[in-house]
Amino acid sequence: MSSPQAVGDLVSQPYKYGFVTDIETEKIAKGLSEDVVRLISSKKEEPDFLLQFRLRAYRQWLQMREPDWAALGYPPIDYQDIIYYAAPKQQAKKASLDEVDPKLLETFDKLGIPLSEQKRLSNVAVDAVFDSVSIATTYKEKLAEHGVIFCSISEAVKEHPELIERYLGTVVASNDNYFAALNSAVFSDGSFVFIPKGVECPMELSTYFRINSGDTGQFERTLIVAEEGASVSYLEGCTAPMFDTNQLHAAVVELVALDDAAIKYSTVQNWYAGDEHGVGGIYNFVTKRGQCRGDRSKISWTQVETGSAITWKYPSCVLQGADSVGEFYSVALTNNRQQADTGTKMIHVGPRSRSTIVSKGISAGHSANSYRGLVQIGPKAVGARNYSQCDSMLIGDQAAANTYPYIRSQQPQASVEHEASTCRISEDQLFYLQSRGIGFEEAVSMMVSGFCRDVFNQLPMEFAAEADKLLALKLEGSVG
Amino acid sequence: MIRPDAPVLLDIRDLQARVEDKAILKGVNLTVRAGEIHAVMGRNGSGKSTLSKVLAGHPAYTVTGGSVSYRGENLLELDPEQRARIGVFLGFQYPVEIPGVSNLEFLRVATNARRAERGQEELDTFAFEDLVHERLKVVQMDPAFLDRSVNEGFSGGEKKRNEILQMALLEPLVAILDETDSGLDIDALRIVAGGVNQLANADNATLLITHYQRLLDAITPDYVHVMAAGRILRTGGKELALELEQRGYDWVDEELAAREVDR
Repeated sequence: MSSPQAVGDLVSQPYKYGFVTDIETEKIAKGLSEDVVRLISSKKEEPDFLLQFRLRAYRQWLQMREPDWAALGYPPIDYQDIIYYAAPKQQAKKASLDEVDPKLLETFDKLGIPLSEQKRLSNVAVDAVFDSVSIATTYKEKLAEHGVIFCSISEAVKEHPELIERYLGTVVASNDNYFAALNSAVFSDGSFVFIPKGVECPMELSTYFRINSGDTGQFERTLIVAEEGASVSYLEGCTAPMFDTNQLHAAVVELVALDDAAIKYSTVQNWYAGDEHGVGGIYNFVTKRGQCRGDRSKISWTQVETGSAITWKYPSCVLQGADSVGEFYSVALTNNRQQADTGTKMIHVGPRSRSTIVSKGISAGHSANSYRGLVQIGPKAVGARNYSQCDSMLIGDQAAANTYPYIRSQQPQASVEHEASTCRISEDQLFYLQSRGIGFEEAVSMMVSGFCRDVFNQLPMEFAAEADKLLALKLEGSVG
Repeated sequence: MIRPDAPVLLDIRDLQARVEDKAILKGVNLTVRAGEIHAVMGRNGSGKSTLSKVLAGHPAYTVTGGSVSYRGENLLELDPEQRARIGVFLGFQYPVEIPGVSNLEFLRVATNARRAERGQEELDTFAFEDLVHERLKVVQMDPAFLDRSVNEGFSGGEKKRNEILQMALLEPLVAILDETDSGLDIDALRIVAGGVNQLANADNATLLITHYQRLLDAITPDYVHVMAAGRILRTGGKELALELEQRGYDWVDEELAAREVDR
């Protein structure tokens, strides 16, 4: 560090999304049981097939054990000490945004996601989800003109039940893992996107998740389907208030791409990470998977994970179609006492399927950051190719970085390449930049940006600049 | 060139400094005026390198006494980046590599920081590219170096030339070159020395920290100072460097011992 004073001066910027919105919320009692599952389903007025889907998942969940193989440490979660349903007290989703509770609109305004007609982002349609309930979706009509369906899952269940029934749970089976089973039983809301044949979605689609209640679990469910020749770029953003208890966020995201379709899914995750002693913060245990069902289909995951006390997720691609493409670009930053065990699974089934993995882990403070990846080449994946690059950057001398790459190949005519590197931000490098007139924060930012460039280049343009700034913010006070 | 009425750029008075708990500088006195070239010579451990790092504001060193004024301003209370912006340049003995940070981008940001301080307009990418291509000639460097990460994979000579290139872009008023000649072959030395000479003018000053006389064949110093045990023991003209070359540093020990006795 430049000097002890400089460290003190670099006040860790308070998490500026840490406020709580004072709004009437309807909550049910804590605890999980079959009755609670039925209650959730009835509050949402769901058709019977969905109730059965939930009940099946719940019964599966009861038979399963929480996994403990990750390089993560956390106190046992008491699943009976969580509220499984909370919704802001406003009746049906409002036809016009003017009817939405102004406090909710104000919340999203404060978060930089204005929803009102005059102020909204003109080239991005937003579905705003507050405490797992979708509040508003902008541009629905304009999108409908193109045949694009973008709405909350709850709405989709009512208006397009046949689509939900056809696709829900087909990418991530309820019993895929413990948290997917839990989510399948109690999921509240999330986004549904359907792009019909041959349509290139005319706008970026975005869902913004805002957690507000302190003692509820968050179980969003997102489903995106791109039919033959369709394409869409989707961005997910998330923030939460600062509570000093931990909250469980166990979401499930399913993507389906048919022949010649392309889905680009970007995430900038900034959940509250806990304070510098590791008190509080979100547990982000998420199952995300895309199926490249069709030939020549493509699914790209880009994630910038900067928040959460614990991040545990492996956005994956199942490359069923011939010549299908899967991509995973990730920057995972951990600071203070955060932990991350994240990576991807590329499952090659179809011939000539290709996958690219670029993972950048940045560990600062006393954090632990692990990359865990699986490249699996099945016997029919003749001519399959994978390229993986996992780089770690360590800041300071208390942080840890681990890499657990798994490669399983049953196809001799496939190629798998893996590169890995580790580097540090050293005091000497910082001083070198400073001695050239570059300020401390800018110097750290330059080094981190350079490190993350390959991944940030994959983000939609508006968000690449935000990601740079977000990372710089998160790293304040972390060096020296 | 020595002009007694040239403005004082650097005034070091009784400077003392330590690293961790070891005292290294024990009272350095040195005045540098515009237009001058000073050489500071001495054995390893004499404090030459420490002097250069303390002047640049390296965090590992603590000043325990004395003062340094730069153009009348207290230099020691400024952050390293501020010192650089107002025109104090340190050419490192071992320039560090910074993977992932493009050399071109780094040079542009540094140049603009200096320009901003001097009230000059900052240069955009295109204008800067023109400027840097012109300055590359001072050190005879290939433009290909601009696309690489800072110092990454550079040979010793290329790193030193990158330092002089930075000098050419930042136009410092006081350039402190810490053993710039170490590890250089004859050709690289010639280019580096040529660059330093080209950049020296009546308004700036250069402080050459060096072990060997040979650099001073190529860059003629106005003053030569001999450092030992954290102090400047003797100051002379360029002949002093030749004397050191011939006699070695043993007489320094004798002189130090003599001074101790005087106390």
